[in-house]
Amino acid sequence: MTDATASGAVPSGAGQGSLLAKDQRTAKRNAAEGRFKIYGLIAVCIGIAALVLLLTSILTSGLSAFRQTTIAMQVTLDAERLDPSGVRDYDEMAKVTTFGYAPLLRDGLQATIAAAGIETELDPGDAMELISDESVAQLRNRVLNNPDLIGQTIEVNVLASGRIDGFYKGRVSYASAELDSNISPEQLQLAEALEERGALKTGLDWRFLTAPDASDTRPEAAGLGVAIIGSAYMMLIVLVLALPIGVAASIYLEEFAPQNRWTDLIEVNISNLAAVPSIVFGILGLAIFINFAGLPQSAPIVGGLVLTLMTLPTIIIATRAALKAVPPSIRDAALGLGASKMQSVFHHVLPLAMPGILTGTIIGLAQALGETAPLLLIGMVAFVREYPDTPLDGGFFDPATALPVQVFNWTQRSDPAFVERASGAIIVLLAFLLLMNLTAIFLRRRFERRW
Amino acid sequence: MQVSFVLLFLAAIGTLAFVFARHRAIASVDGDARRLHSLPTYYGLNGLIVSLVPALALLIGWMLLQPLFLERAIRGDLSRAALREGTTMSLVVSDVRRVADGLESGLLAQDFTASDFAEATPAEVGAMLMQGGTALGAPLTQPVLDAAKDYRATSRTLRWIMGIAVLAVAVIGAAIAIHRSEGTFRARNVVEKGVLALLMASASIAILTTLGIVMSMLFETANFFSQYPFTRFFFNATWQPSFSGRGGASELGILPLLWGTLYISFIALIVAVPIGLFSAIYLSEYAGRAFRSVAKPAIEILAGIPTIVYGLFALITVGPLLRDAIASPLGLGNSASSVMTAGLVMGIMLIPFVSSLSDDIINAVPQAMRDGSLGLGATKSETIRQVIVPAALPGIVGAILLAASRAIGETMIVVLGAGAAARLDLNPFEAMTTVTVKIVSQLTGDTDFNSPETLVAFALGLTLFVITLGLNVLALFIVRKYREQYE
Repeated sequence: MTDATASGAVPSGAGQGSLLAKDQRTAKRNAAEGRFKIYGLIAVCIGIAALVLLLTSILTSGLSAFRQTTIAMQVTLDAERLDPSGVRDYDEMAKVTTFGYAPLLRDGLQATIAAAGIETELDPGDAMELISDESVAQLRNRVLNNPDLIGQTIEVNVLASGRIDGFYKGRVSYASAELDSNISPEQLQLAEALEERGALKTGLDWRFLTAPDASDTRPEAAGLGVAIIGSAYMMLIVLVLALPIGVAASIYLEEFAPQNRWTDLIEVNISNLAAVPSIVFGILGLAIFINFAGLPQSAPIVGGLVLTLMTLPTIIIATRAALKAVPPSIRDAALGLGASKMQSVFHHVLPLAMPGILTGTIIGLAQALGETAPLLLIGMVAFVREYPDTPLDGGFFDPATALPVQVFNWTQRSDPAFVERASGAIIVLLAFLLLMNLTAIFLRRRFERRW
Repeated sequence: MQVSFVLLFLAAIGTLAFVFARHRAIASVDGDARRLHSLPTYYGLNGLIVSLVPALALLIGWMLLQPLFLERAIRGDLSRAALREGTTMSLVVSDVRRVADGLESGLLAQDFTASDFAEATPAEVGAMLMQGGTALGAPLTQPVLDAAKDYRATSRTLRWIMGIAVLAVAVIGAAIAIHRSEGTFRARNVVEKGVLALLMASASIAILTTLGIVMSMLFETANFFSQYPFTRFFFNATWQPSFSGRGGASELGILPLLWGTLYISFIALIVAVPIGLFSAIYLSEYAGRAFRSVAKPAIEILAGIPTIVYGLFALITVGPLLRDAIASPLGLGNSASSVMTAGLVMGIMLIPFVSSLSDDIINAVPQAMRDGSLGLGATKSETIRQVIVPAALPGIVGAILLAASRAIGETMIVVLGAGAAARLDLNPFEAMTTVTVKIVSQLTGDTDFNSPETLVAFALGLTLFVITLGLNVLALFIVRKYREQYE
């Protein structure tokens, strides 16, 4: 109320005890205030810097996983060699193993080298090391699935081997090739010569997202196909189980539960389950679902069940908050018009709480998508190359991996090229999480009502 | 009978029960729905619930109990003679189950006729199974093959009986419901009671889960302690599982693991608590609107990032950086995975956790206390340090305990960042290991549920569960007490 200091005459030479001149103690206190503020700012900046560092580190080492070095060449599919019986029968043709196909690619590569006019001292076998072993298998599959190709000369775009790929992504250099038994400087020279003639290219390649995992020695062919399907299956199971059960549990606790010991017990259990370490759920899954119930290892169904139990507390807590946010006047109005308690909840409260429930569910799903530790224990870390069947054909029981587990799996391999793959997989995982969280934010912004 | 068929039939029966029960109710009042006790849909729903719920309960119960029953049958089947040196009953039983499953898929794949199969020798069948991708613990013997055939036959018969029983229950339920569907029947009350029971059952799943966790670990832990002495587990300072021998030679002391866990958690808290607390204070008391609207979500993003991402960050960035910048030049060690790596990264992970909890707690301190302090001439920072923080202290302690419980149970960061060597050491730049890392390493790969090397994981898990549960309960108790104080 008083503004004496502002209106009063200000003495020019402030003496002792004036409110206007800072004495030593005030200056000290103000300095302490300033320091305190700076500590806070530093703390916030450390947090943000950590986030930036984390994301840049993953992005710089992982973005190259989406680019792939390939070699374009003409391959003549010799009928004599690929289908000696000449009847184009699948089983007969399948008797020709990848050893039968390798020479075709070798000849194709030699032809490409000759056509480009490149002089090289490498013998055809060494030159062949430019090409990924996986390419041979891919060519074989292509021919087996399409027998009409036999006898023709087709254009193929084969994967370069991991070291050549690494050369174009900065992992391999002439100096490191000297010491590496898997690649020689001459081979790198040949690769550069091919690149100059346009036969070898490094470009965007979506096979990383669709191909299955590959063995230890073929990092260039390893992809996320099986892992993405496995994760999608598990999310489907979590959604189908956790959403109805979570909503039902929340409705009971929020609207119907009497004040008694049983209700208390449920409440205590839910808040504890939310804080139980995730690996403990893995032990539960291993002991109950696999050892006791006899469900198969590495199957999305087991992963889905374990993640459902883990996600339930999150969904229940979010749903209860959403139900609580619906004002009591809505319930009273429904009851006043003669609805039963159950009708007031299902016809009025639940639809109004739905945006909040869905937001909570999506956040719970996002949590489940990134969860790794429990899945390691139920065998999802296995090496799986076969795509699981569709859910209608029992695909939930087929072996599969999951995105975060695939990341872990790749970090355990010796070839440094797998670090790039693992970081690339993280980028895919983070992209999915971002998408889910943006959907949640959108739902909240668009539909949530303030009462 | 396939379970999917049973489910399909059940769906059909349920739909029919709904339609007929509703129809009969309306017919009983000559089409005048006003004379019904409840809306017509409730009569239909009553039909649906009465026909399906008991049948589904039976189906689930049967599917849970059938494996147990079959296992007992096999155990009876296989005399002790069938067991050879170096195997145990449960290994043979799991082999039998695998052979039976393999036969199922192997037969389908190879057009092996039933008569061919009856005459096939164990070796032939074994080879066939190998082709089908079934790996066995031991070469197939005649008794095991016989038991497997038996198992398959019994399990088929049981499946048929189950299908028929379930469908019968559904049909009887539907008949009762349709019969009762008349105008005076209080369908809504019955349906609502049923729905309430379902809601309650859903809520009770939380209790079942906890029970499942405790039971699954308790049994296997008891099993472990029957093979490995209690005192050596808790008081032995060496962790040295032997992989070749069976028991005996292994040293499975938990102390080095606990030490690693606590050391890493301690470093994580040293990083997370000051940063989290100060950023919560800054953001809630000092920051301007614009800065807050950017910084707060940015820090919360850290909470949404999966731990495997932090693990990879520790493995490819933080670990090598610490080793090359600090540990190697100072001669403190040359391992990229170390207590410091895991601790730092885990600290970053915990920042948003501590800061959002502290934020809640600081906001719960009544405004009157702030105003009083400021009115007496204290600066903002003095108010925070001398009034708000002491008032919020119990809550902050609770938050720190919750963060500690998180740190102790964290798995992926330590698996990728801390190393695998069990060690009792003070040097934070050495690789050490934790309880969670060892649970993962003992339970992945080839596991034999009869050796102490595998079973120890359950004892470790139980220890972990008890520690984190204790911290959580204590923290929740403190936080709740604190909240009550100001409400």
